[in-house]
Amino acid sequence: MTRQPAIEAEGLHKRFGTVHALDDVSFAVAPGTILGLLGPNGAGKTTVVKVLTTLIRPDAGSARVAGFDVLAQAAQVRSAVGLAGQQAAVDPLLTGRENLDLIATLHHLGRRETRRRVRELLDRFDLTDAADRRASTYSGGMRRRLDLAASLIGQPHVLVLDEPTAGLDPASRQALWGTIRSLVDQGTTALLTTQYLEEADQLAHDIVVINHGQLVAYGTPEQLKAQVGGHRIELELVNPTDASCALPALQDIAGTSPAVIDPHSGRLIVPITGGAAPTAAVIRALDTAGFDVADLAVRRPTLDDVFVTLTGTATPRDPADPLVVGGSAS
Amino acid sequence: MTATLTAGLRDTAAMTRRNLYHYLRVPALITLALTQGVLFVVMFTYVFEGAIQTPGVAYVDYLMPGILVLAVAFGSPNTGVGLAEDLTTGMLDRFRSLPMARPALLAGRTLADAIRNVVVVLLMIGVGYSIGFRFHVGPLATAAAIALPVAVGYVLSWFAALVGLVTGDAETAGTASLLPIIPLVFTSSAFVPINTMPGPLQAWADINPITPIIDAIRALIIGGPTATPVLQATAWLAALAALAIPLAISRYHHATQ
Repeated sequence: MTRQPAIEAEGLHKRFGTVHALDDVSFAVAPGTILGLLGPNGAGKTTVVKVLTTLIRPDAGSARVAGFDVLAQAAQVRSAVGLAGQQAAVDPLLTGRENLDLIATLHHLGRRETRRRVRELLDRFDLTDAADRRASTYSGGMRRRLDLAASLIGQPHVLVLDEPTAGLDPASRQALWGTIRSLVDQGTTALLTTQYLEEADQLAHDIVVINHGQLVAYGTPEQLKAQVGGHRIELELVNPTDASCALPALQDIAGTSPAVIDPHSGRLIVPITGGAAPTAAVIRALDTAGFDVADLAVRRPTLDDVFVTLTGTATPRDPADPLVVGGSAS
Repeated sequence: MTATLTAGLRDTAAMTRRNLYHYLRVPALITLALTQGVLFVVMFTYVFEGAIQTPGVAYVDYLMPGILVLAVAFGSPNTGVGLAEDLTTGMLDRFRSLPMARPALLAGRTLADAIRNVVVVLLMIGVGYSIGFRFHVGPLATAAAIALPVAVGYVLSWFAALVGLVTGDAETAGTASLLPIIPLVFTSSAFVPINTMPGPLQAWADINPITPIIDAIRALIIGGPTATPVLQATAWLAALAALAIPLAISRYHHATQ
């Protein structure tokens, strides 16, 4: 039996002036799974988020969230969805508790339920000690947690997170990933946009890659990686200028394709065609030819590679963004 | 229907409380507004008193309607500034994604600012009393004379809300909604009798909506025929509210970061 998707987008179109922010975007998210929406800045990720949370209306196409149509049943969608936007949307002049109280009141939870939920969420997000301090005194990570707590007040079936870990330090990011995972384990469905490929790889069951408003790939992280090729051995020689001389020694090793030199790093790349990585054979071949290996790594293709292949964007990040995660920042 | 209305009122109350908290948490907001009001009373009275002839009426009595309106008008840009901030910080997106009554954010914000205006107006009247200001008509007229400036501030708050949502930037919103206030208030009957103005300005002052509002408050304070100016003032305020409120709400429906 197939269950109804928790999120379903069909042929979404949205134009802002001459910019085609969404151009025929369709996808579905199964209940209790995480969809990673990946794309460079300006790809249309936030537009998808806004359509799904009823903040903007698509020009064409339709979307259903928790079974409700975002246009015809916007009120029901708002009851079923929790939004954590790009910035932590908390009132800095209110305390953490007052922030949550306000959102709970606006969810019409009733006084007792409000108190119970607020206490539970403060506790869950480790904010109980800071609950009666103004949010303006919180660290970035605490604000993010408060923001996520606010988005969970209404016990949403569907959680929509727009770059939830942007600007967080690695420890806070890990903690937030854990929270999102445990929410999904309990049955929540999540859509999260991210520019961090590692994040999508770690969290998402399925990934949608969009670029210039168009869907360019859709599948599991494994499927996407398989699309750009298999494993490879990356080598650095003690004397890197020897790399081109070493190429002939790496032509005929069983289970590999002929080696190439990565034009950026100058490293030797040995594509693996078989299952196991013939690392020992590669080292022996180099040793026999008289080259000393400084560094060797077996790499699987990363989503970075997927990204570059699919979008032609060398780096899917804003150059102004100080946080760089993932392997191939060039 | 009743349930919707009750929920709407409860949401409005929650949003009002949020904005009143802001006044408690940043006392400078209210202190500055109060200081400005007091300054207006004292400064305008003593600076203009000797120069402007208002036969048969103490100048402070003549002046009070104008400075009450000026003070609430000066406070109105705050509404737009706050909303523009909510827009840029993503708060507005959060509120719009909640199952709350949609106009509640604007209704709560403008109501909180109206409550601030009540405090400002009462303090100004109190200070006025200490330098000779008096109400000369009955309690009903007095109540109406206090309510009218608050109503002016309320309607201007909705215009400021619209400006805040359209500009989406706190600084621009503040400057833009402050801009028309001085010209509007000063080219009315607020500070000098209209018949002392040059011809074209007089013609403008006659149709300036601030003029009938000031005339109405003045009549309620000093005495004389009140029915016509109060009706005119109310009609103007209702018309301006009927323009600003739907525009601001419809803008809110589409406002997003």
